[in-house]
Amino acid sequence: MKPPKVLRAEPLLKEIRRNRVAYAYIAPFYILFAIFGLFPIVSGFLISFFRWDGLSPMKFTAFRNYVSLFQDPLFWKSLGNTFYVGLIAHVFILLGGLVLAYILNTKLIKYPNIFKTIYFLPMVTSAVATGIVFKAMFGMNAGIINLFISSLGFGKIDWWGGTGAYIKPAIIIMFSWKWIGWNMVIYLAGMQGISTDIYEAATIDGANHIQVFFRITIPLLRPIILFTLIQSTIGTLNLFTEPFILLGGGSLLGGTGNQGMTVMMYLLNKAPYGNNHYGYASATAYVMCSIIIIASLINMKITERREGK
Amino acid sequence: MNRTLSKIFLYLCLLIVAAFMLLPFYWMIVLSTHTTHEIIQYPPPLWFGNNLSANLQTMMGAVPVVRSFANSVIVSGSFTMLVLLFCSMGGYAFAMYMFPGRDLLFGVLIVTMMIPWTAGIIPWFFMMSRFGWINNFLALIIPNSANAFGIFWMRQYCRNNVPHSLIDAAKIDGLSEWLIFFKIIAPILVPGFAALGIMMFVNSWNDFMQPMLILRDDKMHTLPIMLKYMLGDPQRGTDMGSLITASTLAILPILVAFLAASRYFMSGLTAGAVKE
Repeated sequence: MKPPKVLRAEPLLKEIRRNRVAYAYIAPFYILFAIFGLFPIVSGFLISFFRWDGLSPMKFTAFRNYVSLFQDPLFWKSLGNTFYVGLIAHVFILLGGLVLAYILNTKLIKYPNIFKTIYFLPMVTSAVATGIVFKAMFGMNAGIINLFISSLGFGKIDWWGGTGAYIKPAIIIMFSWKWIGWNMVIYLAGMQGISTDIYEAATIDGANHIQVFFRITIPLLRPIILFTLIQSTIGTLNLFTEPFILLGGGSLLGGTGNQGMTVMMYLLNKAPYGNNHYGYASATAYVMCSIIIIASLINMKITERREGK
Repeated sequence: MNRTLSKIFLYLCLLIVAAFMLLPFYWMIVLSTHTTHEIIQYPPPLWFGNNLSANLQTMMGAVPVVRSFANSVIVSGSFTMLVLLFCSMGGYAFAMYMFPGRDLLFGVLIVTMMIPWTAGIIPWFFMMSRFGWINNFLALIIPNSANAFGIFWMRQYCRNNVPHSLIDAAKIDGLSEWLIFFKIIAPILVPGFAALGIMMFVNSWNDFMQPMLILRDDKMHTLPIMLKYMLGDPQRGTDMGSLITASTLAILPILVAFLAASRYFMSGLTAGAVKE
């Protein structure tokens, strides 16, 4: 006869002692997370209600940091810039990634791995190094992109100067260049999981590639697309290195008319890199993270509703 | 006929995108062989010049490049080693042991992956300065070394690759739990180490924001921070030739490794997404 499955106090302790090695194996994570993850996140929330320059005593100001943050036009500008870059870049990244993955998955192409490798290259290279090259490529006089544009008969574009209107397009181009390959590899892996029977059935029914792409591939890939969307939301709100380097790597203000200033640059400009308004910067960080969470939930809701349709 | 046409069209699309992806790398290497003067004139150079060694010399004189290279190797190398140790231990325990509280603890670990770490960036920075970890590699090595993602990943790997019977046999032979892990299990996990290790090494090698906050002293710079310092050097003005040469050198090791083993890189770097 088997013993009853109720755990009493003594067997539980015994079980714990018997498995003490397992607890030792997982302990590093919980210890390091408590110190370097949980503690900063909780105290960041507390600090956001104080005025603090990092040296003198903290002064409780309740919601003052949040109020001034929401009243700062520069904050809204940087948030708008971040979303503008993120949304437009993701049209290229998502659609481009899907289309490229679809083409490589059709088996019409020989040596798909060569293309995969090339498209993935930007993901393994330092954004600072490639940012420096892109900065040169977008040069007004000696940039290779203006060379191309003027050889087509158009006027040269002052990417970084003028009214700053071309700063965001430049960031979008580099950002899309960087991420298309990553999305493509993920979608490709997802597509390889789709049974070829479905494709064959559709082809027999007379569906062409465009119909198969929109009616079969995309609906079946929805969970993976959602995953990349959530990742992209987080990535976009943390967008920092590319615009910072493209705009010279010295100032956090985002170039002419703050056109290239992202929320992350706004935050670091408050503290610790620019000024030392630690409470204010913490409030900014919390607002950013709330946006990330809300955006992820919206993403999930949209995908769920489509699924139910 | 129609089929051939559409095939040509598809190849054309793929090749245009490929050219766009490769152009920055090509131009980067071209520019590292030119003088600053050649780089900023119109039209810009499109083919290789012969100024590479002079650029290298200027670069060596302007920044401690060898030192920065070594720093990058030290930071990324020790971070990766530590990640592999902690994450394989954690993943192994979650996969192979049935201990009280396991599912709850694993649930906590999954939840921590969804918290945006940016929320705590200010206190995190303060903590680093309190610990005396400003200008110290430990700030970039320790905090994230036992990361949730790695443990999650290694748990999957152990589940699929480590047979329970092997552990039982080792226990019958009287090996201690620690010996079982380090002598018997670790060798089985080597392919997993390679995939996770590549991912962690590449991320750490290219990491910019945290090192920028931590590494203020130029003797402690990693390569990306050294590049940023060269880029924004107000006194000397930016010497484009040596700056681009340094950029090329910074990506070269990873680039070569990637081209040699691209399949491992891609499966490693996207493993989290695909293995959901």
